[in-house]
Amino acid sequence: MGGLFQKFIFSGTSAEKAGYPRYRRMWRNTILAVSAVCLVPLLTITGVNYYMYYRSFRHDITQPIERIAAITKRYLESFLEERIAAAQYIVSREQAEDLYDQEVLESILVRMRNSFGGIIDIGVVDSGGVMRAYAGPYDLDGKSDRDQDWFNKAVIRDVFVSDVFMGHRNLPHFIIAVNRSGTSSRSLIFRSTIDTDVIIRQIQMAGPKRDYDAFLINRSGLLQTPSRLYGEALDSFPGDIPPYTDSPVLVNEVVIRGQAYFMGSAAIKGSPFIFVVLVGQKNLMSGWFVYQREMLAFLVVSVVAILLIIMWITTGWVRQLKESDLQREATIHNVEHTNRMASIGRLAAGVAHEINNPLAIINEKAGLITDILGSTTETSQKEKLLKQTGMILKSVTRCSEITHRLLGFARHMDTTHEPIAVDSLIREVLGFLEKEASFRDILIEMTVSDSLPTVCSDKGQMQQLFLNLINNAFDAMEKGGCLQINISDLIPDRVSVTIVDDGIGISKDDLENIFEPFFTTKKSQGTGLGLSITYGIVQKLQGTIKVESEVGKGTCFTITLPVNHPMLQESNDV
Amino acid sequence: MYEPFRVLIVDDEEDLLSTLVERLEFRGIETVGVQTGTQALAEIAKQEFDIVVQDVKLKGEDGVEVMKRIKQVRPNLPVILLTGHMSQETSREGLQAGAIDYVLKPINLEDLIVKMQEAIATHRRSES
Repeated sequence: MGGLFQKFIFSGTSAEKAGYPRYRRMWRNTILAVSAVCLVPLLTITGVNYYMYYRSFRHDITQPIERIAAITKRYLESFLEERIAAAQYIVSREQAEDLYDQEVLESILVRMRNSFGGIIDIGVVDSGGVMRAYAGPYDLDGKSDRDQDWFNKAVIRDVFVSDVFMGHRNLPHFIIAVNRSGTSSRSLIFRSTIDTDVIIRQIQMAGPKRDYDAFLINRSGLLQTPSRLYGEALDSFPGDIPPYTDSPVLVNEVVIRGQAYFMGSAAIKGSPFIFVVLVGQKNLMSGWFVYQREMLAFLVVSVVAILLIIMWITTGWVRQLKESDLQREATIHNVEHTNRMASIGRLAAGVAHEINNPLAIINEKAGLITDILGSTTETSQKEKLLKQTGMILKSVTRCSEITHRLLGFARHMDTTHEPIAVDSLIREVLGFLEKEASFRDILIEMTVSDSLPTVCSDKGQMQQLFLNLINNAFDAMEKGGCLQINISDLIPDRVSVTIVDDGIGISKDDLENIFEPFFTTKKSQGTGLGLSITYGIVQKLQGTIKVESEVGKGTCFTITLPVNHPMLQESNDV
Repeated sequence: MYEPFRVLIVDDEEDLLSTLVERLEFRGIETVGVQTGTQALAEIAKQEFDIVVQDVKLKGEDGVEVMKRIKQVRPNLPVILLTGHMSQETSREGLQAGAIDYVLKPINLEDLIVKMQEAIATHRRSES
């Protein structure tokens, strides 16, 4: 985020970067806060919507499966109940002797086949496990079932429904056995063999054709009816065995051999069977997957759009804030500087004024001494004394110049306005310095923009301004130096003047102080007021001044001045 | 030398006044020095002067007002104002109120004498 911040917000100077962490923090926190406010509700609503839609979608899918499982469960339970009830009726009504009678048994089989489908044969097994009577297509009469698993379980129960097994018939079937307990002569087991085809047809009719499989398994996980996916009866079911519970129907999502299914299951009461229906998720869920993709795409696009907008707005806002802060700081700095200058100015003016009077007296006294000496006859000391008074008067003149400049610095004269051609004005100023330039062999190059407008400003102050700057440049340059002056109107409604010298330059530390009053690098030669006055004039003329310098390479002052002085503009507007 | 003339100097700074009087007299210019406006008016009433050189800042008095009073008594008497750098505005006011010129302190005496001579010459020409 910091990198983005740097990219978006900062291209500033090192001074501006001093406040960098504050703005970075503000930028980051704003983005985080606004993002949270916008994204949390969006994500919550999307999440809730996703969950609700998923639930509703799942319900729509699982409901038919549940229905198939429930209907099949009911069918199978009544299928078994009917046959068990019939067997119980026969066992309770008929005498053992009758049941052992082959003819009676065959007539019962005919009646049962007429009433109920799926019955292959019936038989009566005595308590010793011997098939005492049999009616059906196989020759099983007299065969012993004593070692058959079903017999051992049937003996101890009133009613028993076996798992599907191959048995003597060598085809998948199961047995419904009804045990008539009593004395050993009366005790018998009436068993009927049920063909699973009837059940298979019923099961396979229940569901859709595609991606649908339905079958019975037993509690050990062996298929009791053929499965479209997992093989024939008595093969192993590869998935987890659903629990055998009293719950009517269970619907789960399962993965079998890498394929996802909805699995409905229902235990068939009174039997070892569990009905299983499998429906592939892929096709059923395709609508959901499309919705999921659309929702995800919508979410991603929304989040990205929101984040981009937030970043865009926040970046603009922080940048604006930063700029206005910098502007405010600059204004405060300027006001402070102006106030400081004004205070120093007042102080300087007071000091200068107080000094001026005694200075005037010294001037007159020294003048009088000079007058008196001038009128006396030649003495050995006359020349020496005249030289001394001359030095006093020279110093007074110098002091006087300093006090006049100090007072000039402090004075708030009204500015006057007149149309000024800046290039002509600078040429006039250069005229004052022509002799010095030629004496010191200084080359002056001046370039002027073709479309330079006339500036409405104070001519006297502008002269003073450029005189100070050009004088300073001269002072900084060695003999044979080059001074470049460029006048242009690159900024709208302003004229820009750059004064570039190839002199000694100003050190970085000094650069910070050059506009302060009494700051000078010229040792005893300067008053330290030139650039302060220049700064004051620029302020007064509503201009700007900028300095760039490198020690040993030179200095560049850039001054911009308004084409129309704002104060004058206002009065014209009125 | 100079065309003889009489000058009245008005300045509240005694040391400056006395030295200035002495230096002018040294040059043969008849000079009277006074420290206040009242004294100046009294001197003008007593004797004739060709010119008045007056400080614009007198102790307890408004220099321009003093000059106006002098002008009331002697409207044609030329007045040159002495001024510190800070009082240039006042001097400009003085010029508008009738002063003929102003001279900055510390005074360059030769300049002052030249200005006095020019003022007197101009005045005399206008009178004749």
